[in-house]
Amino acid sequence: MRIIIINYGAGNIKSIQFAFKRLGVNAVLSNNVDEIKGADKVIFPGVGEASSAMKMLKESGLDKLIPTLKQPVLGICLGMQLMCNSSEEGNTKGLGIFNVNVKRFSNAVKVPQMGWNVVSDLKSDLFTGIKEKEFMYLVHSFYAENCEQAIAITDYEIDYAAALQKDNFYGVQFHPEKSSLAGAQLLQNFLNL
Amino acid sequence: MLTKRIIPCLDIKDGRTVKGVNFVNLIDAGDPVVLAKQYADFGADELVFLDISATLEGRKTMSEMVLKVAEQVNIPFTVGGGISSVEDVDVLLKCGADKVSINSSAIKRPELVNELADKFGSQCVVVAIDAKQIDGEWIVHLAGGTIPTKLNLFDWAKEVEKRGAGEILFTSMNNDGTKAGFANEALAKLSVTLNIPIIASGGAGTVQHFVDTFQIGKSDAALAASVFHFGEIPILALKQELKRNHIPVRI
Repeated sequence: MRIIIINYGAGNIKSIQFAFKRLGVNAVLSNNVDEIKGADKVIFPGVGEASSAMKMLKESGLDKLIPTLKQPVLGICLGMQLMCNSSEEGNTKGLGIFNVNVKRFSNAVKVPQMGWNVVSDLKSDLFTGIKEKEFMYLVHSFYAENCEQAIAITDYEIDYAAALQKDNFYGVQFHPEKSSLAGAQLLQNFLNL
Repeated sequence: MLTKRIIPCLDIKDGRTVKGVNFVNLIDAGDPVVLAKQYADFGADELVFLDISATLEGRKTMSEMVLKVAEQVNIPFTVGGGISSVEDVDVLLKCGADKVSINSSAIKRPELVNELADKFGSQCVVVAIDAKQIDGEWIVHLAGGTIPTKLNLFDWAKEVEKRGAGEILFTSMNNDGTKAGFANEALAKLSVTLNIPIIASGGAGTVQHFVDTFQIGKSDAALAASVFHFGEIPILALKQELKRNHIPVRI
């Protein structure tokens, strides 16, 4: 199986690569359109600021490619947020794969949310073998609103979408690569799709 | 609900853990990777590695250690000690560190906080502050807490938050090493003054101290070294006790 991690200059790619290595799988970094198209599974990572990450995507033409992919694609953290319609962070227009907007937490709570919180209302094969209210590790200041495409919910200030799915596109706000055994299970589930 | 975090801190010199670590059944207690894995298995929520190497070779060893930890450990970790530039941080993050912690270098050049937050995002920028209460005022100290500055703890914390820090690691020098509890009054004031997470450090001696720092000190996370390294407080038992006190923990 050929796993590609899209390498466009945003995020802690090494940790994701290592997480797959712990599952016995070699995930390859690439920003090459043909390589990404030909992969069995694609990971779309991202850490940092939305508008500059989107700018980097556009510079490499990947903003056009990603929405056309046919194989399972998993967006992680900012990667998931960029797959949404828009983000309040830097007034960024997203890829529009998930029909939801990304907003900032209010100052009623500490921002960023940093640490382990639970995921519930789990709805997809991505969560096979993962129990309701399992803990996942999150670090983020912006969130996708709860919506029809939500396949997991987390509560921080409000119930928001901790994971999204539309057809072959999946997105998780939490970091499976840093979420202990449950995170590893989720990555294994993605490989099994 | 977001849970409170328990964070063991490991001091590293030339790629090896320095402070005495007393774990049973460990083949090599000086190997940070072995220890980190053990802590992750015991239920630690995060880890902090503090590089106390004084030499350039020591620092080089640190990035190699970070790479090995990232390869084998499945929980987040922060690296601190001697970080003074965007380039330093770039190397550590590329090796797989989740966050970096800066201290003296931010005091010497506060713009560094802005530069790191702009380039890598606030989520990976922890500002560590060592402070000591002198005549009722909390004074920030430099260089491992040896040199007093003119900065007030709360003003400085507020400033680094504005500059883009994602988290504050506050060590009370009055409490550090005493095992008499965390500086909860100052911690609670920090937590109310700022809108970013606060990690309590310095003074952990008993399970009750952790209960207190979450309930009275309003801390988001608690960091300790010796009580964990010497097995005085097993992490799982600590978390069970926190849970009994209605403090949300990952268990």
